[in-house]
Amino acid sequence: MHTIYIMWLRELKRYFRSKSRIIGSLGQPLLFMLALGYGLGSVFRAAGDGSYFQFLVPGIVGMSIIFTAIFSGIQIIWDRQFGFLKETLVAPVSRLTIMTGRTLGGATVASIQGIIVLAISMAFGFRPTDWWLAPLALVFMLLVALLFTALGTGIASVLEDMQGFQLIMNFLVMPLFFLSGALFPLSGLPPILAGLTLIDPLSYGIDSFRAILVGSSHFGLGVDFLVLALVTSAFLAIGSYLFSKIQI
Amino acid sequence: MEPIIEVKHLVKRFGDFSAVRDISFAVEKGEIFAFLGPNGAGKSTTIKMLTTLLRPTSGTITLAGHDPARDPEEVRRSFGIVFQDPSLDDELTARENMDFHGVLYGVPAKLRRTRIEELMKFVELWDRRDSLVKEFSGGMKRRLEIARGLLHHPKVIFLDEPTLGLDPQTRNHMWSYLQELNKKEGITVFFTTHYMEEAARIAQKIAIIDHGTIIASGSAADLTAQTGTASLEDAFLKLTGSAIREEESSATDRLREHLRVRNGGRR
Repeated sequence: MHTIYIMWLRELKRYFRSKSRIIGSLGQPLLFMLALGYGLGSVFRAAGDGSYFQFLVPGIVGMSIIFTAIFSGIQIIWDRQFGFLKETLVAPVSRLTIMTGRTLGGATVASIQGIIVLAISMAFGFRPTDWWLAPLALVFMLLVALLFTALGTGIASVLEDMQGFQLIMNFLVMPLFFLSGALFPLSGLPPILAGLTLIDPLSYGIDSFRAILVGSSHFGLGVDFLVLALVTSAFLAIGSYLFSKIQI
Repeated sequence: MEPIIEVKHLVKRFGDFSAVRDISFAVEKGEIFAFLGPNGAGKSTTIKMLTTLLRPTSGTITLAGHDPARDPEEVRRSFGIVFQDPSLDDELTARENMDFHGVLYGVPAKLRRTRIEELMKFVELWDRRDSLVKEFSGGMKRRLEIARGLLHHPKVIFLDEPTLGLDPQTRNHMWSYLQELNKKEGITVFFTTHYMEEAARIAQKIAIIDHGTIIASGSAADLTAQTGTASLEDAFLKLTGSAIREEESSATDRLREHLRVRNGGRR
């Protein structure tokens, strides 16, 4: 228990100390939110789908969560390069507790990042349909954050150095984001695109945010929860397994 | 006397390269043991296997009564280690690094506080306890790592080139503390170094490894007598030859190099 707590605390301390990381990782979501939100707003309204800004914000919250979460998971590579990983691996604690603490820490950080983006969007006029559901949104944000931190951890456990990082960003994180329905509605898509969105776990995450925050859902909150919980458990199991196999 | 580390027919292969080829040795409880060899001889690989970071290809290891491959957690509880490369978290303060280690090793909170203060005063970093480690010089980091390795009062402490980059004052200071700890608490010290006079002065027993096999062992006096030389350095050179060894750079080295270039020479 102490181990999980101290690993969690470490992630939080590192996050809050690196102000440039916090601010830096807000730039991209803000750009998407403002440029697309206002830029495409009139087209969206003309198509009869209501306010694009309201529609987009849950997607951008999802975006900042997946980016921060995968990045937190990937940090194991840095720890490996700078030796700190060895310090945790020779300690008399199970790798499962180390991995659990790290993943919880990374997921907490990613959720905080999502909350910050949500708060900023409110300054620009975003309004949730029901304030009472806000705590439920937090639960789902944490779930999505856990899912992608575990994914990042799993990937980082098999990568030797940062060379593969760009590959992951371009061939995993970006597709996951663009195919998640963060930017467009999931109904009426061409079959191939629709199929891809169905196997993207982030689709269910963003759908759940929309269900809770703006009251519109493609899959239904129950399905979202089920898929997210299943995929998160699977990724946690795979991530822990790969992490336990690390040799230095 | 019973051995606290016992290694029998230990082998480690990476693909078709044999880093360690069938070595056997024992370290007595309470001994100060030096493990010497040129670069790339297999020292660090052996230490990694002893400390549960690598699985041996074959052979057996017993450390404090347990097998690192089968019972890693028991083994981990009984040793402390100062790695060759830094292993501190740069984004945490010196005290946070110590505290983190104490929690991982289950040192109770009260004891942790007193020991951290005692050890950090000893390595003369107590005044800098709340500074981030990234602001420290190489020598300061080394001192902090030594203090950290001793925090949980291990039965065996591994020191992989602990004095690299330390000035003679710090080096002496560190060794006198370790020798005192070795006498008072019976801590076994297992270290590697490239400074032969250091090994001759400190170690009670020395093993020399080259190309993955142990080519000589005994006290410094034994080794010089065996080779008919005047000093341990001469004995070492006679045993291992004077050709300079190349070590392949690891991914870590490449990344560090990359960062060094990118940060304009600042580390």
